[in-house]
Amino acid sequence: MKKSFKCEVDCANCAAKMEDAVKKIEGVISARVNFMTQKFTLEAEDEIFDKVFDDAVKACKKVEPDCEIG
Amino acid sequence: MTKKQKKVRNRIIIVLCMFVVLLILDKTGVLEHVPKIALFFIYLVPYIIIGYDVIRKAAINISHGQVFDENFLMMIATFGAFGIGEYSEALAVMLFYQVGELFQSVAVAKSRQSITDLMSIAPEYANIVRESGECEEVDPEEVTIGDIIMVKTGEKIPLDGTVIEGESFVDTAALTGESVPRRVTKGDAVISGCVNGEGLLKVRVDKAYEDSTVARILELVENASNKKSTMENFITRFARYYTPVVTVGALLLAVIPPFLLQIPFSDSIRRACIFLIVSCPCALVISVPLGFFGGIGASSKIGVLVKGSNFLEAVALADTVVFDKTGTVTKGEFKVGEIIPSSRSNINEDELLSLAAFGELYSNHPIARSILECYRQKNGGKLPDASYVDEKNVKEVAGNGIQTVLEGKQLLVGNERLIEVPASIGLVDESAGTVVYVSYDGFYAGAIVIVDSIKEGVKEGIAALYDLGVKRAVMLTGDNREVAQHVADKVGINDVKAELLPADKVEAVEKILSEEDNGNKVVFVGDGINDAPTLMRADVGIAMGSLGSDAAIEAADIVIMDDDIRKISKVMKIARKTVTIVKQNIVFALAVKLIILVLGALGLTTMWLAVFGDVGVAVIAILNSMRAMKTE
Repeated sequence: MKKSFKCEVDCANCAAKMEDAVKKIEGVISARVNFMTQKFTLEAEDEIFDKVFDDAVKACKKVEPDCEIG
Repeated sequence: MTKKQKKVRNRIIIVLCMFVVLLILDKTGVLEHVPKIALFFIYLVPYIIIGYDVIRKAAINISHGQVFDENFLMMIATFGAFGIGEYSEALAVMLFYQVGELFQSVAVAKSRQSITDLMSIAPEYANIVRESGECEEVDPEEVTIGDIIMVKTGEKIPLDGTVIEGESFVDTAALTGESVPRRVTKGDAVISGCVNGEGLLKVRVDKAYEDSTVARILELVENASNKKSTMENFITRFARYYTPVVTVGALLLAVIPPFLLQIPFSDSIRRACIFLIVSCPCALVISVPLGFFGGIGASSKIGVLVKGSNFLEAVALADTVVFDKTGTVTKGEFKVGEIIPSSRSNINEDELLSLAAFGELYSNHPIARSILECYRQKNGGKLPDASYVDEKNVKEVAGNGIQTVLEGKQLLVGNERLIEVPASIGLVDESAGTVVYVSYDGFYAGAIVIVDSIKEGVKEGIAALYDLGVKRAVMLTGDNREVAQHVADKVGINDVKAELLPADKVEAVEKILSEEDNGNKVVFVGDGINDAPTLMRADVGIAMGSLGSDAAIEAADIVIMDDDIRKISKVMKIARKTVTIVKQNIVFALAVKLIILVLGALGLTTMWLAVFGDVGVAVIAILNSMRAMKTE
């Protein structure tokens, strides 16, 4: 399943770092933090999607405390 | 400006005033007799007002094990300045860092907004007509297939559908860049995102919102910036190494020179701080994708969807353009071009046409349709009387033509393999188009030439490509060589690959790809109907006239919404401009940073200049990137 979320992020470098962090999470098939469109796209298996998403949000907050996802 | 930005702006104004006051007091000598420790606190107040969020973020990041981020670097640099007693410099650096950041965020938001405006095709609401006949405004996503919606003058058509009542001119400019409105009437399909020019339309919805053209296009453009160009990937990789390397350099610069060269610590720390300030790769990380985003936006403005930055980059390097013939160069609509009765029979043009029309009466082949269409036009819209030809007697001779019986006599309509053309008359020249021969009652009656008309603007479009430095224009077709060569000569295509089966087209493109020099790209242009595999195989696949065709939008890398081949050269121009801008930014940002690093290491520059090297360069690069959005 692939889903897009609104994502407020202030700088392009931070977006790149968030993306890297999310890609390292287990269960993530693909991830993209798009600074230009302020969107976060996550792809993961259906059954574990919600859990992966939660982990991803946590990981993003860790790298960029100011970001808002969802 | 957002709330967040306004807050930062207010802080900047306050601190700027305080800074000016302090500067005046300093220069007039008022602060001379104030003890150092008191001065420290005087400067600390505005410093905290302007820099508290940077320090807070740096602290949080360190606690998460994220060390090398720009907040941390700014914190260290300004703490360093405080440590060596350069209070006003510490405050100035933080202040101008915030000014630059604010400017940067406003500029990015602005360019993001203008691109979104370009794509302002999303409908806000739909007027649904209830069974009771009442009209209600609802969210387009709530409308289901089969619902009836009403579109008033000046409104956007919210969903794809079919007109069931009313007629109007619809403006497709937002989707295709084409300014001539299209006339629609009962039974015509309409596409979401178009604007109803005049009159009231009642439309039966054929597709749910998320499958409608408008939703698909928006999704496509938004996702376009997800496919990164090689330049973007380069910058991402570069940023990963650049910051740590410069930071380590700063550390070495702070520690080694005092021991080796007897430079005072305060001086070496100042130099190290300069290193830290320019170590953020932000100018690059923002301006490169922004440039591509702008290029994609500019393309959508002329009705060309580019599905990724990588394709924009590739099309800028194209030097071979391969065209599919039918549907791309030619309209794919066959027409009777010439009727040539046999000189040895006393048959005239109209009689020959009716014979052919009787023969083709039961055929669905496009060529047969064109003969019947021609007959209809000449006979007041009537088809030949079917009672003269018994369908039971109609025999299709595969690939050659039709054999039938008209008024008890044998009628043959087909190619030269089916019909024996008397040697004294000879075959008709095949270069003009496909030739259909007719024989009746054992005698040769004549020939009809069927032509496929060339699309408007193809010749200009191809000439424009040569002007841009495209070396080869190739045409692929299943037609015979003579017809293909004739079309190619007319439009200025310099290479023809004819008599190809559909599967051969992929092979032909592969061969062209292998002949290509390193670095140059091959573009394939098709109508997306039968050539999806070829579209995918080429470096860049361009689908034409694909408004509403899902398969073509899926398979292609670049989609030209209307049917205009001239847009290929336009999108190439946009692509080249975009790539040039991005390259300028990369070179400019790296050069400025490098110069400041060298000057900083030698102790020849100030922290002020270093702040310019960080945020100033980023702002200039962003402004440059915004040029990519403009079309001529």
